[in-house]
Amino acid sequence: MAIKDLPRDEYLLKGHAACPGCPITVALRIALKALGNKTILVIPACCSSVIQALYPKSGFNVPILNIAFEAAAAGASGVSAALKKLDKTDITPVVWAGDGGSYDIGIQALSGALERGTNFIYICYNNQMYSNTGIQRSGATPYGAWTTTTWTGKKEHQKELGEIVRAHHIPYVATATISYPEDLYAKVLKAKNMKGPRYIEIFAPCPPGWRFDMSKTIEMARLAVETGAWILYEEIDGQFAFTSYSKKILEGRDRKPIEEWLQLQGRFRHLTEDDMKKINSHLDEKWNQYKKS
Amino acid sequence: MIVIDTGNNIAALAAKMARPKVIAAYPITPQTKVVERIAEFVEKGELDTEYIHVESEHSAMTACIAASATGVRTFTATASHGLLLMHEMLHWAGLSRLPVVMVNVNRSIGPGWNIWSDLNDSLSQRDTGWIQFYASSNQEIFDNVIQAYKIAENEEIFLPAMVSYDGFILSHTSMPLDVPDQSKIDAFLPAFKPGWTLDVEHPITHGNIVSPKPYMDIRYSMEKAMKKAQKIIQEVGEEWGKKFGRPYGLVQEYRCDDADYVFVTMAALAAEAKVAVDNLRDKGEKAGLINLRTVRPFPYSQLKYDNMIVIDRDISPGLGGIIYHEMKKLNYTMYSFIAGIGGVDVSYKDIERMYQLAQDDKEGWYPLEVK
Repeated sequence: MAIKDLPRDEYLLKGHAACPGCPITVALRIALKALGNKTILVIPACCSSVIQALYPKSGFNVPILNIAFEAAAAGASGVSAALKKLDKTDITPVVWAGDGGSYDIGIQALSGALERGTNFIYICYNNQMYSNTGIQRSGATPYGAWTTTTWTGKKEHQKELGEIVRAHHIPYVATATISYPEDLYAKVLKAKNMKGPRYIEIFAPCPPGWRFDMSKTIEMARLAVETGAWILYEEIDGQFAFTSYSKKILEGRDRKPIEEWLQLQGRFRHLTEDDMKKINSHLDEKWNQYKKS
Repeated sequence: MIVIDTGNNIAALAAKMARPKVIAAYPITPQTKVVERIAEFVEKGELDTEYIHVESEHSAMTACIAASATGVRTFTATASHGLLLMHEMLHWAGLSRLPVVMVNVNRSIGPGWNIWSDLNDSLSQRDTGWIQFYASSNQEIFDNVIQAYKIAENEEIFLPAMVSYDGFILSHTSMPLDVPDQSKIDAFLPAFKPGWTLDVEHPITHGNIVSPKPYMDIRYSMEKAMKKAQKIIQEVGEEWGKKFGRPYGLVQEYRCDDADYVFVTMAALAAEAKVAVDNLRDKGEKAGLINLRTVRPFPYSQLKYDNMIVIDRDISPGLGGIIYHEMKKLNYTMYSFIAGIGGVDVSYKDIERMYQLAQDDKEGWYPLEVK
C-alpha cells in the first residue's frame, strides 16, 4: 500500500500541543488510521499525555483513559476485561506509551498483562529517553548519549525490550518507525486483526531531545534503520522475520556507517574515538547475532 | 439464611452477591482467602465475572479503575502493604469519581513483618477520596459490602468505597450471620449505571492536562459528594434496616443516652468495648459506646457527648491517635488511648481499665505510658 492509499479518516485532530517535528503525532496519526474509531487508548504519563490539549478540549478523537506512569498495561487489562463482559470485543484496547513507561517504570505491568494473555495492543513509541520531563536517561537510551542525567554520555547500552516481550511468546511482536509509514500501517493493521497480547514498538526520533533540526525527524528515523541502529521486524506466532529495509540489510545490503546517524545529533557531539569503537562493536555484535538466527 | 463463616469468606460471598463484572486482585496475608474463594466461585461457574490475576496491588486497583471507566461494576481486596502500594491509584479512583468497591483487611505495616491487626494501613489512606467503612463483626462485613456498592454508585456520590475489617480477629474467625437471598440482594442493589464511560461512539479524553481552576473545581465537587454521602449512607442504612432488620447509620450508638463517659472506637475494638460497657453498667457505671462505622465521611454530627474516651488502634507519629485528633475540633472533653498497636490484644477488661483511668483524668499509650 502506498501512502496515498492510507485511509482518509483522521483521529488526531488540530489543536494538539506537540512540538514542531514531533514523531509521536506522525506515528499516532498513522496508527489510528489502521486502528479506526473502535479503539480505546490507555495512555500513561509520557509526552502523549500532555499533548492532548488542555481540558476540557482534546485533539484526540478516540476515547482516552489517561493513567499513572507505571500502570498502562494494567489499565488496558481492566478495559479489556470490561469490554468482554459488555460483549464489545470489536473494540480494541490500545496502550500508547513512551519508552520510560514501558522499558522502566511500566515493565512490571506490561509483563503481567502479556503473561495473562490480555486481549490488547501495546504500542511503545521509543524516543530513547524521558522526554516529557525534559530529556533524562531511560533504559532505552543508547550508549554515549547525552541527557540531562548523563552529562558526559550514558555509560551503558540500551536494553532490548522487544526481546523481553518476545520471551512472553505472545501472538504478535513488531518494530516500526515513522520513515516507513506503509510498514508501520501494515503492522498496526495486522495486529488489530489478531487477538491476545500484541506489542509494537515505534522508533521515534525527538528533535529537542536528540538535538537535531525539527525538519529532520523523518530522515533521522530512516538513517537509524539504514545504519542498523534500529531494526524493523515482526514475529507472528513465533515466526520471526525482518521487514522492509532491515530485511535488505540482513540479505546483504551494506549498513550505512553509524557515524552518518550519530553526527546529526547534538546528543552524541562529545563522543570519543573509543566511544565510537564501543558503539560500532556493539552494533556489529548485534547484527552478527541477527544473521546467525 | 444463617451461616457460620470467617470474615474473609463472608467478604468474598458479599462481593459475589453484588455481581461485579470485573475483579482484579492480588493475594496478601491476611486477605488471601478472599482471592482464593473468588477464584473458586469463578472456576465453578458460580460467579459471572472476569477475574484478572494481576501481578501487583497497584495493577489490581488500576484494572478496577479502568474497568469501572469502561462501564462495569468492579471489586478488589487487599491488606496492609497491598493497600499502601495502591495509594497512588486510590487517589486516581477518587479523582476519577469511579465507584470501585474494595475490602481491606487491616494489618500492621512493616518492618518488621507483623501480620496482626492495626488500622494504620487504611487510616493512612483517609485523604484519598474513598468512603471508608469499618466492620466489627462478620455480619457487618457482609452488610457493609453490599451497602457500599449502593452508596458509591449513587449518582450524587460516585466515589469509591472501602470496607475494612481486622486481620485474623475477623478475617479468620467464624461467626454466625444472616445472609439474605440473592433475589433480595438484587432487589436492593440495582445494576450499575456509570456516570461516565469510555465510549467509542462519544469519545472523551479523561484525565488530560487540566489548569488549576478546573482542578480545584474537581476537588470541591469531591468534597461536596463526600458531605452528601453522610445523608445517602444514612438513607441506605435505613433502607437496609427495613428490608433486612439491621438498620445502619454513620455510627452505632450503644447505651449512650444517660452515659457519663462514652467510648469512641471502631472495628473489632468496638465489639470488645460493647462487652466492657455492659460490664461497667452491671457495676453501676454509666458507660456508653459509639462505634464509628464510617471514618470518611467523618461523622462529626454524631459525636455529641462529653467525656468521650477515644481508643485508637493506630498512630500518627508526632501527632497521636488519628481518630482522637480528627475529633479534636469538637468542643467536648475527651481522653485519648492508643492501644492494640501491631495486634497487641485488647480485651474488654483493658477497656474497663481505660474507663477507670479516664475518670482519674489519665490517658496515653495503654498500657505502656498512661498519665
